[in-house]
Amino acid sequence: MAFASSPDRVPPSITSAKIVVAGGFGVGKTTLVGAVSEIPPVNTEAWMTQAGKSVDPLHGADEKTTTTVAMDFGRITLARDLILYLFGTPGQPRFWPMWDDLCRGASAAVVLVDTRRLEVSFPAVNYFENDSDVPFVVAVNLFDGRQTHPLDQVREALGLADAVPLVTVDARDRRSATLTLLAGLNNTLDKTLPVTAY
Amino acid sequence: MTANPWVRPYVLTGGRTRTRRHLYVHTLVSVDRYDTAAALRLSPEARRLYERVSSGTQSVAELSAHCGVSLGVTRVLLEDLAAADCVQVNDDAYASPYDHRLLKRVIDGLRELA
Repeated sequence: MAFASSPDRVPPSITSAKIVVAGGFGVGKTTLVGAVSEIPPVNTEAWMTQAGKSVDPLHGADEKTTTTVAMDFGRITLARDLILYLFGTPGQPRFWPMWDDLCRGASAAVVLVDTRRLEVSFPAVNYFENDSDVPFVVAVNLFDGRQTHPLDQVREALGLADAVPLVTVDARDRRSATLTLLAGLNNTLDKTLPVTAY
Repeated sequence: MTANPWVRPYVLTGGRTRTRRHLYVHTLVSVDRYDTAAALRLSPEARRLYERVSSGTQSVAELSAHCGVSLGVTRVLLEDLAAADCVQVNDDAYASPYDHRLLKRVIDGLRELA
């Protein structure tokens, strides 16, 4: 075993888990990731060519090789051998192929909504209802710390099934953001069997 | 952020865009022993990734971001590095991201922070 020969060099086996934070442009995804991450939200980019044969009628064929998708992510070290990563999805619909990639292997998803612009998060809700197996919760971001609409009205406006948990969050607040992540993980516990074949 | 604006990204990977095993964005990569001689034989991009991994275990996405190598290219280059035994791709300790043992560990860890 490698441990025996070089005890100082071999890192202990570390496990990582992932939560996806989705929602439309400007709903506070990066803010939420930044509120809980131990590192400033990191921005990386992927090339749309990686995403496959996306057809974008507004752009010529050459455009596909030069279009990049930016995504934010953060990290929380929960234990010496356990790291949680948070990934914010790129907002625009043309980046959807990227969502499949980000969601693969995720333990939970949080869809953020802004009640002043609910419609920008419709596509994200649709995605997790129809196109992804990752269990999700919806979190209303309280931008001014005030709840402007009762949650049952928000649920109705989103056409959200009763089985999908709906919570409120102040995305700027570390504790509030953490509780939202916990809501997501507890939802996955409720919706899955103890050991799921994957 | 791309390392070399004069080279289209997949030139660096010999045109390959897919990896044999799936490297998630959060899959962890580590270096057991940094091999200076092996590093010198690598392309600049692969060497940057290799050097970065040697500073500590980190995820595919972090490596991509910090080295300025796009995600798809990072995956292919990391697989090459793993095949050459330069880096180790951490196997998932749990078969599923929904494994309740994993979920409960993450929940317990987050509760301590909340």
